Amino acid sequence: MKIKRSNAYSKLTLISSMLLFVMLMMVPFFASENVLERLTVLFIYIILAAMWNTLAGFGGLISIGQQLFFGLGAYATIRLANAGIPPFTALLMASLLVGLLSWPISKFMLHLRAAEFGIGMWVLASVGHLLVNLDPLIQGETGTSLISLNTYNIEVRRILIYLVGLVCMAGLLVGLFYLLRSKAGIAMQAIRDNEDAADSIGIDAQTVKTWFFIFAAFGTALAGGLWLAQASSFQPKTYFSVQWTAYMIFMVLVGGIGRFEGAILGALLFFIVETWFAATGVWYLVGLGAVAVFCSLFLPKGLWGLIETRLGICLIPVGYQVKGHVLKDGTFKEDVFNEDAFKKDALKKGKP
Amino acid sequence: MINTLVQAILLGGYYALIACGLAFMFQVMRIINLAHGSLAILSAYLVWMITDALSLSPFVSVLIILPIMALIGWLLQRVILERATQGGELLPVLTTFGLSIVIDNLLFQQFGANTRSLASAVGDLSWESYEVFGLWIGKLPVIILGTAIVVIGGLDLMLRFTSLGRQIRATAFDPDTAGLVGIDARKIAALSAAIAMMTVAISGTALGLRGTFDAYAGAPQLLFAFEATIIGGAGSLWGVLIGGMILAIAQSVGALIHPQGFLLGGHFIFLAFLFARIYLTREFFSLHHWFGKGTKKVVKHEN
Repeated sequence: MKIKRSNAYSKLTLISSMLLFVMLMMVPFFASENVLERLTVLFIYIILAAMWNTLAGFGGLISIGQQLFFGLGAYATIRLANAGIPPFTALLMASLLVGLLSWPISKFMLHLRAAEFGIGMWVLASVGHLLVNLDPLIQGETGTSLISLNTYNIEVRRILIYLVGLVCMAGLLVGLFYLLRSKAGIAMQAIRDNEDAADSIGIDAQTVKTWFFIFAAFGTALAGGLWLAQASSFQPKTYFSVQWTAYMIFMVLVGGIGRFEGAILGALLFFIVETWFAATGVWYLVGLGAVAVFCSLFLPKGLWGLIETRLGICLIPVGYQVKGHVLKDGTFKEDVFNEDAFKKDALKKGKP
Repeated sequence: MINTLVQAILLGGYYALIACGLAFMFQVMRIINLAHGSLAILSAYLVWMITDALSLSPFVSVLIILPIMALIGWLLQRVILERATQGGELLPVLTTFGLSIVIDNLLFQQFGANTRSLASAVGDLSWESYEVFGLWIGKLPVIILGTAIVVIGGLDLMLRFTSLGRQIRATAFDPDTAGLVGIDARKIAALSAAIAMMTVAISGTALGLRGTFDAYAGAPQLLFAFEATIIGGAGSLWGVLIGGMILAIAQSVGALIHPQGFLLGGHFIFLAFLFARIYLTREFFSLHHWFGKGTKKVVKHEN
C-alpha cells in the first residue's frame, strides 16, 4: 500500500496558486476601482468561508455566532485606531486581541455540543453586540467610522485595503493548510470523522478544538476589520448581524463542508450569486436559505465533495492519500498499475 | 420592587409558553429546532390574517390555526427533520437554521416591514387589570401565564398517563427498542412535532397579543425559548416554567440597573446557569433532581 501526501494535481495547484497570487498583486496597476472593491469583498468572503469551515467542517462545531468575532474585530480596530494606532496596525492588533479573547470563551463553550453550542454562540454574539453598544465611542446603533483611514487619499486607500485583504486571505489560507496538515489538524479530521474513535486512540479533542476555535476567531475578526476598512463605517447592528453567519453557512454548505477547496469554491459561488441576485432583495435571501437546506439534506459534501468523488481530484492535500480503492465486496485493492510500472522501470535499469 | 417581580413572573409565563415546544421537541427527538422562533412568528401572522379577514376574536382564530400548525409540524418532521437526523447531530442544526432564514424572509416578502399586533383585536382586554393589594396586574399576562400552566400541565399529563405519551417516552428513550415492541417511531416523531407546533401556534398568538411583532422577530424568540429551556434544566417541562420566570426576573433586574440592561440581564443569567451546569453537576439544576420521579427520561442525552 502506498501512502502519499501530494499528487500531480496538488503540485499543479501549488504552482498555479502562486501564479494567481502574483497576478492578483499586479491587479491594482490596471484594474478599475470597482473591480478592486469587488475583489476585496471576495477576499473577505473567502476568509469567512474558510474560517467557518475550519470550525464546522474540521472541528464539527456548528456556530451560529461567528458574527461575534466579526463584530468584535471591527470594534477593536476602531477602538485601537481611536487610541492613535495606525489603521492597518490596529487591524492586526485587534484580530490578535480577539483571538486572545476567544481562548477563555472556548474554555467555556466547547463543553457544549451540537445545537447547544450553536445557539450558545448566538447568545454570546448578542451579548457582544449589546456591550459594544454601551461604549460611548460607538454612540449606540448610530455607529461611528474609521476616521484615521482618511489620512490616505482615496486611491491609495483603495489599493492598500485591496493588498492587505489579499495578503490576509493568502496568509490565513496558508496558515490553515499547515494547521490542517499538522498533528493537530490530522487529529481534528479524525475527531470530525468519529469523535469516540479518535478519543479511544488518545486524541485530546478539547485541546485541538480550542486551537481551531481560536484560529477561526482570529481569522473572522480579521475579516471584520477588513470589512470595516472597506466600508469605513461601523454600525453595531450590521456587524453583529446573524446574516454573516448565514452567509458563511451557505458558502460552506454549497461548496463542500470539511473540504479545504469547498470553502473557496463556495465563496466564489456566493460572490457570483450575490453580484447577480442581490438586487432581488428578499427573494435572494429566501433562495440562499432554501439552497442551504437542500445542500445539507441532499448534498452533504457540497459541490466540491461531488467533484472529488466523481473525478477523484484532490487539489489541496491536507490529508493522506492511499493509492488504491475499495472493491464492491469491501476488500481493499491496491492500484497495482503504479507498482508494475515501477518494477518494470527498475528491471530495465537492471536493479532488483 | 414587588411590582417588578410580579410583572416579571407574568412575563415568565410567556417565555415558558414559547419554550415548552422547544423543550418538548428536544426531549422527544433530541432536536433543537432553530426555526422555532420563526414558526411562532408565522403563526402570529396566520392568526392576525384570520382575525383580520373574518373579524374573529384571536382566541377563536388560534383554534383555526392549531390544525394548520400541526400539519406544518408533521411535514417538518417527515420532509426535513427525519432526513436530517439520519446525517448526525449537526445536520438538524444547519437545516433548521436554513429553514428559519427561508421563513423569515418569506414573511418579510409577504407582510413587509410594518410591525403588527393582535392587541387591537381584543379591545379592552389588552389594558384591563386586576388590582391586588395595590398592585395592578394585567388580565392578559395572567391569561398567558394560565395558558402556559395549562399547556405544560396538559403535555405532562399526556406524557404520563396516555398511551400516546408512553409511546413518545419510549421512542425518546430508545427508538430502536421502541420499534421492536411495535411502536412506529416515525409516526410518533411526526406526531410529537405536530404537538410541538401546536404549542408554537399558541405562543405565537400570545406574542401578538402582548405586543408587536415583525417578520424578523423570530430570532429573539428562539433565544428566549432556548435560554428558558437551559435555565430550567432541559430535563422537564415544569423546569421550563421556572426557567422562563428566572429569565424574566433577570431581565427586569437588568433593566433596573441600566436602561439597556433588559436583554443583557437575561443573557447573563443564562450564561451563569450554563457555567454552573458545566462546572457543577449537570443534574443539580434539573427540577426532577429535586422533586419528583415524573416524566424523567432525558438523563441519557449528551455523552
